[in-house]
Amino acid sequence: MQSPPDIADRHDAVCVIGAGASGLAAIKNLREHGFAVDCYERETSVGGAWNWRHDRSPVYASTHLISSRPLTEFPDFPMPDSWPDYPHHSQVLSYLERYAAHFGLDDCIWFGTEVVSVVPAGEGRWDVTTQSTGGGSSRVQRYAGVVVANGHNWSPAEPAIEGEFRGGRVIHASAYKDPAMLRHRRVLVIGGGNSGCDIAVEAAQHADTVWHSTRRGYWYAPKYLFGRPADQVASRLLRWRLPLRTRQWLYRRTLALTTGDLTRYGLRKPDHQPYESHPIVNSQLAYYLGHGRITAVGDVTRFDGQSVELAGGKRIEPDLIITATGYAPRFEFLEPGLLDADADGRPDLHLHAFARKHPTLAVVGLLQPDAGLLPLAHWQSVAVARWLRLRAADPERATAVQQKESARPIRAWSRRQVVPTRRHWFEVDHVDYLRAVESLLREMETAT
Amino acid sequence: MIIRFEDWTDPVPPFEREVVSRLPEEEPTGKPPLLFVPGLGHGSWVWTNWLTQAAGRGFRAYAVTPRPGGDLRAHVHDVVQTAASLPRQAVLVGHGAGALTVAYALGRYPAKAAVLAAPVLDGWTTLGTALRANPFGTLPAVFGGRLGLNRRQLFGDKLPVERAAEYLERIDRVRPRRELITHKPAPDPVGAPPMLVVGSPDDRIVPRASLDRTAARYGGAPLLFPGMGHDLMLDEGWAEPIGAILDWLEKALLPGA
Repeated sequence: MQSPPDIADRHDAVCVIGAGASGLAAIKNLREHGFAVDCYERETSVGGAWNWRHDRSPVYASTHLISSRPLTEFPDFPMPDSWPDYPHHSQVLSYLERYAAHFGLDDCIWFGTEVVSVVPAGEGRWDVTTQSTGGGSSRVQRYAGVVVANGHNWSPAEPAIEGEFRGGRVIHASAYKDPAMLRHRRVLVIGGGNSGCDIAVEAAQHADTVWHSTRRGYWYAPKYLFGRPADQVASRLLRWRLPLRTRQWLYRRTLALTTGDLTRYGLRKPDHQPYESHPIVNSQLAYYLGHGRITAVGDVTRFDGQSVELAGGKRIEPDLIITATGYAPRFEFLEPGLLDADADGRPDLHLHAFARKHPTLAVVGLLQPDAGLLPLAHWQSVAVARWLRLRAADPERATAVQQKESARPIRAWSRRQVVPTRRHWFEVDHVDYLRAVESLLREMETAT
Repeated sequence: MIIRFEDWTDPVPPFEREVVSRLPEEEPTGKPPLLFVPGLGHGSWVWTNWLTQAAGRGFRAYAVTPRPGGDLRAHVHDVVQTAASLPRQAVLVGHGAGALTVAYALGRYPAKAAVLAAPVLDGWTTLGTALRANPFGTLPAVFGGRLGLNRRQLFGDKLPVERAAEYLERIDRVRPRRELITHKPAPDPVGAPPMLVVGSPDDRIVPRASLDRTAARYGGAPLLFPGMGHDLMLDEGWAEPIGAILDWLEKALLPGA
C-alpha cells in the first residue's frame, strides 16, 4: 500500500510509547530481535514513574521498593549485589539509566515527544501521530507494530466522596512528595494500599495527628520474615508448589505470629483470604498503631465543611487529606475499542499484553504482580518481540500460535480470585504469569 | 529459563570482586568493552598481556577473578554482575574452566559477543586427557584433593623454562568442584551473540575433538593455534590469538560487517 505523502513510512520499525522501565525493556528486547525501534517519551529523560523529576512520577522522598532486589531486577541485567534488599527510588532510577546506557537505548528515544494518536492503517500497520510535549506541529509516521508502555500509575483515581471539604487541602498521594508538608498537620490518609500505608507511617513520624481510613480489612505482611525479605520466603512456598489453601493457611499463621491481631486497634478483619488482594507489605503500620500515632478509622462517608464524616457517624477535623486511592489506566491516544476496553476503561488483553483483534498492538507493563514488575515486563517484551518476528517470518505458524493462545482461559494466567475492584484489574501471581509467558515463548520457539 | 526460584529465594551473597582493567588512551568509539574471565587456579593477572594488547587496539579491557572457593553458580553471578557494571554491553572472553563460567553467564546476560578460549565444556573428556597427561597431578583432585598442573599441560615447548616455572608458581593449586565434570550442558546464549571458539590442537587439557564439539554447538569451527599449550594468553606467541580475536570482533561487530 502506498502511503500518503505526508506520512513517513518507517517500514518494519516498531514504535514504543514511553521510556520508563517497561518501555526500556521493550526497546532492548525488540532491538535484540532485530527490529528498528522509535520510542517516544513525553519527558526529557528515561525512568518514567521512577524518575522523581517527571510530572507524572508518583514517588516521594522516601519511597523504597516493596519487593526485594532479586524479585525486582531485570533478569538479564541484575542490580548490584552490594545494594540493600529494598533499594531507594533514586537507586532504581540510576539502575534504569544504567540499563539504557549499557544497551545504548538512548539513540532511538525521542525525548520531549508525546504520542497524540495511534490509528490502524490496515495490514497490521499503524499511523502514529506525535508532537512536542505540550504543543507544536505534529507529525505522522507509519509503523509495523506498536508497543504501549505508558505506565498505569500516573493518572490519579479520585475517590467519589460527597460534599465539600473546606478545612484544608485535599491532595492525591501522587502529589505527596516530602514529609515537610506533613509537619504540624492533622492528617487524614484515605486508602489501605501500599501507598496509603506508607504515607500513614510517614505521617505518624512527622504530623501531629494521623487518621488512616480504610474500607476493608487487609492482610498486612511484614517486609522481613525470619531475617529474610518476606517475598523471598513466600517464593520458597511457591517453589515447593504448595497448594493455595495450604499457602493461605501458612500466611494466616505467619501473620498471626508476626504482625498479630490488628482488630485491637480498630482495623477490621480481612473479608477475604490472603492472596485474594494485592499484598500490603508494611512492617511499621502496626507499630505506629500500637504507639497511638495512627488512629485507624473506617470509610469516609461525607465531607462537611471543616469536618469529615466517617461511617458510623463519627466526625473528625483534619487539615490535610491525602487520598491514596490508586490510579486508573489511561490510553488517551488509543481508541478504547482497540484494546477491547469496557465502559469503565478496563482493557481486555491476552496475558494483559496482546490486543485480541490487533496482532501488532501490545501493551507492556500493565500488570499488578505480587513481586517486582520489571522481570514480568522483560519477559512480556521478549514475547512481544518474538511474536512480531514470527508473524513477519511465518504468518501461517503465527496464526496457529494465535489460535492456540486465544483458546487459553484467563484463569490459566491471571489470579484465580481477587476482590473485584479496579485495584485488582491487573493483579497476577508472578509465578503463574511467568509460567504462562514461558509456555507461549516455547510454543513460538518450536514454531521458528 | 524464566522461573528462577533459586535466585529469588537464595540470592548469591555479595562479594567484593577483584577487577583489573587496561583502558585505551582515547575514549573508544563504538567498540564494546571486553571482560576476561580466567580459569581454574588462574587469577586476573594472567590476562595482563591480552588486556594491554586489547587496550592498544582501542578496546576497554577488564578482567575479573570470580570468588575463590565459589561454585559455578557463584562464579556465573560474579561474571554477570561485573558485566552489568560495565558502561556498555560487553564481550565476554573465558579461558579453560572460566569459559564454562562464561558459557553459563551467556544464558543470563546478553553479551555483545563471546569468545571461549581452550574451553573446558565437556568435563569427562578433559578429565581423561588430564589423567593421561599428568596422572599424579590430576588424581588427587578426583578424590577431593588439590589439582596439580604441569608445564607440558599449560605451555608449548617454546616458552622458556624459567618463565614457565614462574607462571606455574603463581597458579593456585585449587580443589576443583565435582560440577566441573558433572554439570548440565550450558544454556543457550540469550540475545544470540556472535561466538568464537579458539584453542590449540596441542592443548593437553582440552583435546582437539573437544574444541570441535564446543565450536559445533555454537555453530562454527574452532580457530586453532598449533604449537601452543592450554594457556594461550601466557604461552610464547600469546599475541597471535588475541590479535585474531580482536580481528574477528571488529569484523563481527562493526557496522557494515
